[in-house]
Amino acid sequence: MFEFFNLLFTDFTIQTITIGTAIIGLTCGILGSFAVLRKQSLLGDAIAHSALPGIAIAFLLTGVKDTLLFIIGASLSGIIGAIWIISITKNTRLKSDSALGIVLSIFFGFGIVLLTIIQRKPNANQAGLERFLFGQAATLVPSDVFIIGIIGLLSLLLVIIFWKEFKILTFDPQYATTLGFNVQLLDLLLTSFIVVAIVLGLQAVGVVLMSALLIAPAAAARQWSNKLSTMIIISAFLGALSGVIGTAISASNLRLSTGPIIVLIAISLVLFSFIFSPTRGLLSRQLRYSKNRKNLRLNKTLIQMLEIVDSHEDYSHPHSIKLLNDLQGFRKKCLKELENLGLINIQTNQWSLTDEGYKKAKSL
Amino acid sequence: MSSAQIEIQLIAIVVALACAIPGTFLVLRQMAMISDAISHSILPGIVVGFLITQNISSPFLIFFAALTGVLTVVAVESITKTNLVKEDTAIGLVFPAFFSIGVLIISSQLGNIHIDTDAVLVGELAYAPLDRLIIFDIDIGPVSLWVMLGILSLTLFLLIFFYKELKISTFDAELAASLGFTPVVIHYFLMSITSLTTVGAFNAVGAILVVALIVVPPASAYLLTNDLSKMLLFASLIAIFSAIGGYWIAHLANTSISGSIATLLGLIFLFVFLFAPDNGLISVFSRQKRQKLEFTMLTFLIHLKNHSFTNNNPPEREIIHLTEGHFRWNKALAKKILEFAEKNNMISIDNGIINLTERGEKFTSEALNFILNNETSKLEDINEKFLLFRG
Repeated sequence: MFEFFNLLFTDFTIQTITIGTAIIGLTCGILGSFAVLRKQSLLGDAIAHSALPGIAIAFLLTGVKDTLLFIIGASLSGIIGAIWIISITKNTRLKSDSALGIVLSIFFGFGIVLLTIIQRKPNANQAGLERFLFGQAATLVPSDVFIIGIIGLLSLLLVIIFWKEFKILTFDPQYATTLGFNVQLLDLLLTSFIVVAIVLGLQAVGVVLMSALLIAPAAAARQWSNKLSTMIIISAFLGALSGVIGTAISASNLRLSTGPIIVLIAISLVLFSFIFSPTRGLLSRQLRYSKNRKNLRLNKTLIQMLEIVDSHEDYSHPHSIKLLNDLQGFRKKCLKELENLGLINIQTNQWSLTDEGYKKAKSL
Repeated sequence: MSSAQIEIQLIAIVVALACAIPGTFLVLRQMAMISDAISHSILPGIVVGFLITQNISSPFLIFFAALTGVLTVVAVESITKTNLVKEDTAIGLVFPAFFSIGVLIISSQLGNIHIDTDAVLVGELAYAPLDRLIIFDIDIGPVSLWVMLGILSLTLFLLIFFYKELKISTFDAELAASLGFTPVVIHYFLMSITSLTTVGAFNAVGAILVVALIVVPPASAYLLTNDLSKMLLFASLIAIFSAIGGYWIAHLANTSISGSIATLLGLIFLFVFLFAPDNGLISVFSRQKRQKLEFTMLTFLIHLKNHSFTNNNPPEREIIHLTEGHFRWNKALAKKILEFAEKNNMISIDNGIINLTERGEKFTSEALNFILNNETSKLEDINEKFLLFRG
């Protein structure tokens, strides 16, 4: 890791790759937040697969391998895939899961057909199925990073311009319709941005892992904030962080490919957030539960004591601890805790309510 | 046809059938993407199984990898249960995690392992007959054919014996639970079969084609019928057809067999999606158009009826009222509705004043009655009864 930071300041290739994966992570973090909130998490997976025929056709038509061409071809076929998914879900009885599975597998299969044809051509020297499937972070060159940076910046700018519209579309599309927004157009616009983010992500982690890169930063960020703008900022940060750390780890061990490492880092961030988020996290939830359970038990014991005490005129009159043993749900530990709270007094094997304890029990 | 060609087609058919049967229930239970998740997350299972057995088609490996598939489902469900994220997000996080671990084991531990990650995804049916099953020195056919035949028979056996249980738990989980079928057991049972089929098939056809074969034939069949047994039948027929057709397309175009099968499935689905009699896009659009026209006419007729008693010559019944009065329709729509109503003998036009005919009066009263009693579904029946020409 230390070696990596050393390289980060000296090695140009590492700098390029790190900046590239950071921008990709950032863009995916921003647009992935919308995908997660709109319950389109698996759209990333489907569109990543459906980008393949676009890449193959772009190569068949022009015969050159070029990052920009790759992005345009992939985006076009990704958008066609997305429109088909939306149309299947909207117009037939098939639900979104089937629509995603259909488009994903059909487009990918067709892409494989095209790629096989390309590979059998004499001068094709492998059009890069491997690179498409598993990403090509290690082969990013400055011109790629430049293109990725421009597209990333552009989508960020458009998200800011359409902020209000996208926000309302995400949380209450019906309301957006009544306000007179063209919801269908906005939906297509936002989906197209998500497609572009996915296509950028393909370069870093490849088809299979794309869904994770898109949604993991957002799923993690969701645990830390209920506010869209905060969530997106956290998500963008976590996305970039996964890109940088992933690159660092794989740069220090050449056998570990960058894509899977980036994705595993992003997913570890999600697990960390699931457990340690202060409001929604599993740990704080568990603590809250056990605290509530303890309070409930103490209050119950106090009420049972009150019933015993009420049989006597003086409420501070001591009673035997044995009396409590028969009561349901009673635990010795409760007595100690009640005494610590100053609600009861204990003398050897007798207990009595204090003034404060009597008041508290009455108020329950 | 050479014997290798016949064997390849046989394997394709058996794989397609073994996928279509569990696929039907996955599509109906809205769990199609689970098959995608399983097909990817079996990778670490396959890799670890291979490390132990050193044999890609050993039964232990298949069992072990299938277990990884079921584990995926368990992981997705436990994440969903925390309510921290939705189910689709959970799926999208779990299978890349599994897959990444698989890729990393391959790339870091086993430089010389005979598993290509892209072969797992794409597969190559053409090589499937090379791996022979030899018992007592007799060559009885390709290993993957026998493996898939075994899985298919198991699936068919379970389908026939638990058809009723599967059917009820798919369409009415509460009823199934109250009858004592424990939907959870049936659910895991279906997941195990899906997982087993996916593992058995990946070696021959690759993970993505498995998804195509699991989802596309049942989804196409679902647009063609409402009957579960017919859906199973149609899905199986589509699966068989695409297996054979895909093979010959690949043969003629000299390209990947699994890719061609998926592409042919895509064409079949596209055709069904557009032209299916009741659920296809064209049928849906023409129905929407008709209902819109008929309902607009009804609105207009109700308006006429509202104003039929007030006086003899109210402005509400003038033709010009449609474009400039309360309706504010454009001229084309106004003309279309007037013509449609007149053609159906609902109105008569006299000097620019529109009057309901006796038939129109009766139709409107009946329709209003249904609307007021919240029985709008019956409007279709009176449209059927009264309209001479449908929209």
